[in-house]
Amino acid sequence: MKEKRDIIIAGAIVGIISVLLVRFGNPKNMGFCIACFIRDIAGGIGLHRAPIVQYIRPEVIGLGLGAFIISMKNKEFQAKGGSSPFTRFILGIVVMIGALIFLGCPLRMVLRLAGGDLNAIFGIVGFVVGIYVGVYFLNKGFNLKRNYTLPNFEGYLFPIVNVGLFILLISGFSMLFFSEEGPGSMRAPIWIALIAGLIVGVLAQKTRLCMVGGIRDMILFRDGYLISGFLAIFVFALIGNLIFGYFNLGLAEQPVAHTDGLWNFLGMVLAGWGSVLLGGCPLRQLILAGEGNGDSAVTVMGYLVGAAISHNFGLASSTAGASDNGKISVFILLVLMVVISVLNSEELVGKKALGKSSN
Amino acid sequence: MEKIDTRGMSCPQPVLMTKKAIEKNPSSLEVLVDNNTAKNNVTRFLKNLGYNIDYKEEDEDTIIIARK
Repeated sequence: MKEKRDIIIAGAIVGIISVLLVRFGNPKNMGFCIACFIRDIAGGIGLHRAPIVQYIRPEVIGLGLGAFIISMKNKEFQAKGGSSPFTRFILGIVVMIGALIFLGCPLRMVLRLAGGDLNAIFGIVGFVVGIYVGVYFLNKGFNLKRNYTLPNFEGYLFPIVNVGLFILLISGFSMLFFSEEGPGSMRAPIWIALIAGLIVGVLAQKTRLCMVGGIRDMILFRDGYLISGFLAIFVFALIGNLIFGYFNLGLAEQPVAHTDGLWNFLGMVLAGWGSVLLGGCPLRQLILAGEGNGDSAVTVMGYLVGAAISHNFGLASSTAGASDNGKISVFILLVLMVVISVLNSEELVGKKALGKSSN
Repeated sequence: MEKIDTRGMSCPQPVLMTKKAIEKNPSSLEVLVDNNTAKNNVTRFLKNLGYNIDYKEEDEDTIIIARK
């Protein structure tokens, strides 16, 4: 019970911090959005040139570093990797493209609903459907094989890169791109954003908070631990939004959102399905990368490249709705997801076909 | 006694492997885990099913011993 109480408290704090970040300048219903923020970072370092979504988001840096610091202190830091890294990289791309068609990661999906954005309901339904599909394959023996212990330095590199990125940000390095209008220009002050990320990074590491895991564990094991964190985020962000007057119930005119229900749904089918196969939502992958998991660091790089592809090829939705290229990409990616899912499921292709196992 | 080795597997695989192993409803089970997340998740899963849990540390790993 103590465990469950802790994750509810953590979720409550995450919900409140998310609203406060909006108060300090982040876009509405975007106190945290791992997908959007990594997309902004991709823009900030020039991997895409969409002028309205470019910034080095200190929240993301804080999340990885917070998880790193607390895992060192807890002795839970473990450098490991080697569990189908390229498959994870590709899945990272798929999850990011899906999230940017919806306009938000699973965490922002909850924050959007807590802000009264009813479009998020289409996303949540899609997310749950995607998780069900992923769980079907888990039950058919889907796995990406084991990881291995690696030299500690492999695990230190992700936090080092984050520190480097932060130094670039505060040094005023002139090759970075910063939006002058649009969501990328709406920012909480650097140090506040960093500290918010650090706090949430610590909490998420300790409680293993995960949006995908919440629904997955309910379906698979009837285990309500993770989903209670998810619900706490929703309730406390809702209360915060009501207090600050951000709550605005409806479908139209929602901040950084569109009203194409079908594409909100399908975008999150991709994000949910891909995240189940990866073992966690984008927030969780950032935390794991901070704990030394190289496979998760590779997944985060997949998100970064996925964001660049999304904007360079016009796959990401805008507030006007999903783009034609985005719609086409959904179908291609759904086919890809079937292929990845089937070919890694032991009961569908037979253990032998998956290749030799060395353990 | 059923024994399973979940080392190197990331979540939710250790719990899934445990779930599979208890389908035969063994009176006792040993699950070898190599990280705290798996340890907590497997423990919670088995406790919910009414197993009593003991731990044995082995180098860097933990053996979860479950008995009905």
